[in-house]
Amino acid sequence: MGTMTIAKGINNGLRAAMERDPKVVLMGEDIGKLGGVFRVTDGLQKDFGEDRVIDTPLAEAGIVGTAIGMALRGYRPVVEIQFDGFIYPAFDHIVSQVAKMRARSLGKIKLPMVIRIPVGGGIGAVEHHSESNEAYFAHTAGLKVVCCSNAEDAYWMIQQAIESDDPVLFYEPKRRYWDKGEVDESAAPRELLKAQVCREGTAATLVAYGPMVKTCLQAAEAAAAEGKDLEVIDLRSLSPLDLDTVAASVEKTGRAVIVHEASTFLGMGAEIAAALQQRCFYHLEAPVLRVGGYNLPYPPSKLEEEFLPDLDRVLDAVDRSLAF
Amino acid sequence: MSDNAVAGATSVEHEDEVLAELTAPVPEVGDGGPEMVQLLTPEGQRVENTEYDEYVKDLTDEDLRGFYRDLVLIRRVDAEATALQRQGELGIWASLLGQEAAQVGSGRAMRPQDYAFPTYREHGVAWCRGVNPLNLLGLFRGVNHGGWDPNEKNFHLYTIVIGAQTLHATGYAMGIQRDGDVGTGDDERDAAVIAYFGDGATAQGDVNESFVYAAVNNAPVVFFCQNNQWAISEPNERQTRIPLYQRARGFGFPGVRVDGNDVLAVYAVTQQALNAARSGNGPTFIEAYTYRMGAHTTSDDPTKYRVSAEVEVWKHRDPIERLKSYLVHTQKADQEFFDAIEVEADALAVTVREGCLSMPDPTPDSMFDHIYVEEHPVVEAERREFAAYHAGFEGEGSH
Repeated sequence: MGTMTIAKGINNGLRAAMERDPKVVLMGEDIGKLGGVFRVTDGLQKDFGEDRVIDTPLAEAGIVGTAIGMALRGYRPVVEIQFDGFIYPAFDHIVSQVAKMRARSLGKIKLPMVIRIPVGGGIGAVEHHSESNEAYFAHTAGLKVVCCSNAEDAYWMIQQAIESDDPVLFYEPKRRYWDKGEVDESAAPRELLKAQVCREGTAATLVAYGPMVKTCLQAAEAAAAEGKDLEVIDLRSLSPLDLDTVAASVEKTGRAVIVHEASTFLGMGAEIAAALQQRCFYHLEAPVLRVGGYNLPYPPSKLEEEFLPDLDRVLDAVDRSLAF
Repeated sequence: MSDNAVAGATSVEHEDEVLAELTAPVPEVGDGGPEMVQLLTPEGQRVENTEYDEYVKDLTDEDLRGFYRDLVLIRRVDAEATALQRQGELGIWASLLGQEAAQVGSGRAMRPQDYAFPTYREHGVAWCRGVNPLNLLGLFRGVNHGGWDPNEKNFHLYTIVIGAQTLHATGYAMGIQRDGDVGTGDDERDAAVIAYFGDGATAQGDVNESFVYAAVNNAPVVFFCQNNQWAISEPNERQTRIPLYQRARGFGFPGVRVDGNDVLAVYAVTQQALNAARSGNGPTFIEAYTYRMGAHTTSDDPTKYRVSAEVEVWKHRDPIERLKSYLVHTQKADQEFFDAIEVEADALAVTVREGCLSMPDPTPDSMFDHIYVEEHPVVEAERREFAAYHAGFEGEGSH
């Protein structure tokens, strides 16, 4: 049991996975001596050597493409994409190769690899450093997509993703990297693909993942002060979605507000809203609402606070749901 | 590999074009230049080469007859597949016609522990690795996307996205390095990878990135480019400003141009490159200078973009005729041998045809198989819905 940041949780999780399985190798830009631009891999090259913590050339298609080859040879590569907006050069390999290789071989081969992606905005960065592109990959059959929101999940989920025989995109909420939380390294971890009810309530359900979980928990605190008792669900897995947990909550509260940084159009919220109207039609007291980024290219950082969902926009949506 | 051209569209309105072509002077057709490694001339004369002779000196007459057999059989498989496509039994076929020597020479240079990453045209390499040709036909028939176990013969699945496999090959080679299977001096352990691609792929970012990754890692990978002069309809001049093999130098490893229609030279050059890779000396780029005698695929119509005079020039460089001439005039094979190979080829064609026609269609619900290793709720839910939907029609006859 200890207190650590999300970044340190991932670092410890990577270390544990590498100690357990010599086939686990890390690949990415600047992940060696520097420890990555967010220091998530800090100290790992020193302890595991340059053959297992590989500083790659600066080419994302190359990183993912060679990681595929390593996986075909029996390794379990864990790839770091430096920023969300830099994953697109590797898009072809992820969508056309990683996702489809097993089906192409009729199950003869597997491709166990993890692609780590720092995700989301709120850090005052220049263009391409603040994007939320999880829906592209959640849309693609053959991939699993997960997103941690706290240190304990960071520690466990990265290990579970590495142990998965299926390829996993592992999103890390970059603006929360330095948020601290308790991590019990001896406890039994939660299931990787299950959502978690992280605050129980009765008035409405807030559904979030990654960086927006904290925002929703803060919104629930504020609402509680006004006598509104909100339930908050951390999805944790975006593909597959644990709709059972979400639907059970919405059947109880009758109202749902889905919150993510990504633009709402054809986003995770759209999928969840569609599923909820199908599964909870007679339980719904109000339309399912979404709070997300506007449907624009990510704006300059001076405007990102206006663009991103925050506590007030979440509460505004909750009020609209309750007033319906 | 897709294109929408309709084959065989010569008609009256093309008459002028046809006449113009017939009367046009023979175009300049590249011969590979003096840098090109050649051990057999197009007439089948053995050319001495101080650098590469040692790689073929141990070949027995039986080995050479084996090369000939490979060339003839795979050409016959290829012709049968083209015929099957014309008869509607394959959706499409990518013919290797003309490129047999490039594929057999390199394929036979590999050891069992080496690994090949093909494009979608490496039927000759597949043959050398022992992959059943029917596995290849399944993909083009549409019963699967490949489906063979790559690790059974160390022959990866066909990759249709141009050039993508060069990165997979390089990563695989990096895995070989980490397994310690390079430079041990143990001929049965040291391994290397061949990444196959075409001239068109050399423009791809993936291919150039794979050169960088292989170079900085000193990875045991041989980049084997079959320059068949045409990327569908675009000639070499639309792909490159310098001979392709010269690009390797810019990436920091050797490049060599070999006569891709000379099975001996390809075998020698590939041996050298594989030896270097296996012993820890890193990558080599081989440009096998050859020609795509047929269409890009059965959907293509090369009469729209190239003249038949060019094809005629390349016919004189045919890889099979050249080896046959050599075998005949050196008396390494007699007519009885050649006849026997023809009989074997015809029998193989029958096997391929029958195997293709009797290939079972996949069961409808099999499309839900093998998407994930672990059980997946969406896949399983849709599999159930699919079954329930079809069960709803039971008793109504087929639909």
